[in-house]
Amino acid sequence: MFQNITSLFDFEGSVEYLPELLRGALVSVELTFCVMLISLVFGLIIALMRLSRPRVTRTVSTIYVEVVRGTPCLLQLFYIYFVLPAFGIRFDPFMAGVIGLSVNYSAYLSEVYRAGIIAVPRGQLEAAHALGMSRAKMMRLIILPQAIRVVVSLFKDTSLVSIVTVKELMFTGQIIAATNFQYFTIFTIIGIIYLSLSYPGSLFVSYLERRMKVGYRRKPSRLIAKAG
Amino acid sequence: MIRLEKICKSFGHLVVLRDVTLEVDKGEVVCVIGPSGAGKSTMLRCINHLETLNSGTIYIEGQPVYRYMKDGKLVIDREKRVDEIRAQVGMVFQSFNLFPHFTALENVMVSPLHVLREPMAELRPRAMALMAKVGLSDKIDAYPHELSGGQQQRVAIARALAMRPKAMLFDEVTSALDPELVGDVLRVMRQLAFEGMTMIVVTHEMGFAREVADRVIFMADGAIVEEGPPAEIFSNPKNERTIQFLRSVLQRRQDLGEETAPS
Repeated sequence: MFQNITSLFDFEGSVEYLPELLRGALVSVELTFCVMLISLVFGLIIALMRLSRPRVTRTVSTIYVEVVRGTPCLLQLFYIYFVLPAFGIRFDPFMAGVIGLSVNYSAYLSEVYRAGIIAVPRGQLEAAHALGMSRAKMMRLIILPQAIRVVVSLFKDTSLVSIVTVKELMFTGQIIAATNFQYFTIFTIIGIIYLSLSYPGSLFVSYLERRMKVGYRRKPSRLIAKAG
Repeated sequence: MIRLEKICKSFGHLVVLRDVTLEVDKGEVVCVIGPSGAGKSTMLRCINHLETLNSGTIYIEGQPVYRYMKDGKLVIDREKRVDEIRAQVGMVFQSFNLFPHFTALENVMVSPLHVLREPMAELRPRAMALMAKVGLSDKIDAYPHELSGGQQQRVAIARALAMRPKAMLFDEVTSALDPELVGDVLRVMRQLAFEGMTMIVVTHEMGFAREVADRVIFMADGAIVEEGPPAEIFSNPKNERTIQFLRSVLQRRQDLGEETAPS
């Protein structure tokens, strides 16, 4: 049985398609990085809009989140890559990927942010109000620093990062496998690449989580150090 | 200093405050007592606009605030104005509500630094002095979760004082504390009263009210039932509700072997 499996693994062949898979992995990493950077910022903006008071911003952001979450990610990507050119808006594939996935993950992340913000106890808001803080200051100094903790731990659970990576890699893998039928070899390699990318990622997130833990910090906080 | 004029507040169908009128002078210490659900805390929260009135007017230093009638029209203060007024009235909560991601000293400094824009060079020594005043000089770098309830509450008092408030509101600040920690908090409050701070104190500490208050207010069912100097309220209550309330409170203390009923 074991011999069977080792014979199934095409070691010589793997040298041949490893570079291509690694290139796929590299694209994945680049894509993930861009998408995460954009979504972390944009998702926060959407979350703040959903929790804001003016009806316009609330409605716009709610519609955005519901539409994006209610339609498949692939459809959104196809829409950007194939439909938008008809209106004269053209992107190269990578760019289309970044935009499409950012649109998608911003919506998901905004919900994570929103959960984190709502989880901050009411007494914190009252104390901030009673000290004369404006809503903006309260958000920046009191609520967001506490919300981030929740966001990081939720982030770990959902592991949004990995979804982007695995799709791109799987796609490259399927193309190669379709030409030479070495499914076992290719998908094993993909598994190894995936693991070697995601494990450091999850280590990093749990490091962040430890850092964020309230009262862990021993240095004076930066918000205090820089006045106004 | 603070005047409430016929303020009413209800949550849905539940009426919490009915036509409450109260005036607190500068430097006066008013203790508010009464059974739970009497509207004591709600009244305090209205003064800081943590609750919005249904009707009536609140005056702070003679100025109507938050929402009031002017020339027959309803005026609603802008958010910025509300924040300014709140900055002048300190509030301490039953549940401390310290900011868990800041150290004790940072808790004291955060608001003067960002709201009053006080320079760090002046603020830091002042904040240290406030920490000393509440007896916690050795805890300035501790995070709230490293402090006992009594210590947290004293930091919360220092935090409110750091805004140089014109008046302080205390909302059952010792109710969540272990009995042996109550004394330290009351000592700080007694000191403040002695220094002439205007204070409205919602409390179940009858001993404190009797000793420190200039005036005691007894509330029940959303209204002020009886008010007067502490000696009179505690020794010679007139209203049946007051007599009942004091009897039950002091009876419980007697059971515990503490001080006896008023003579």
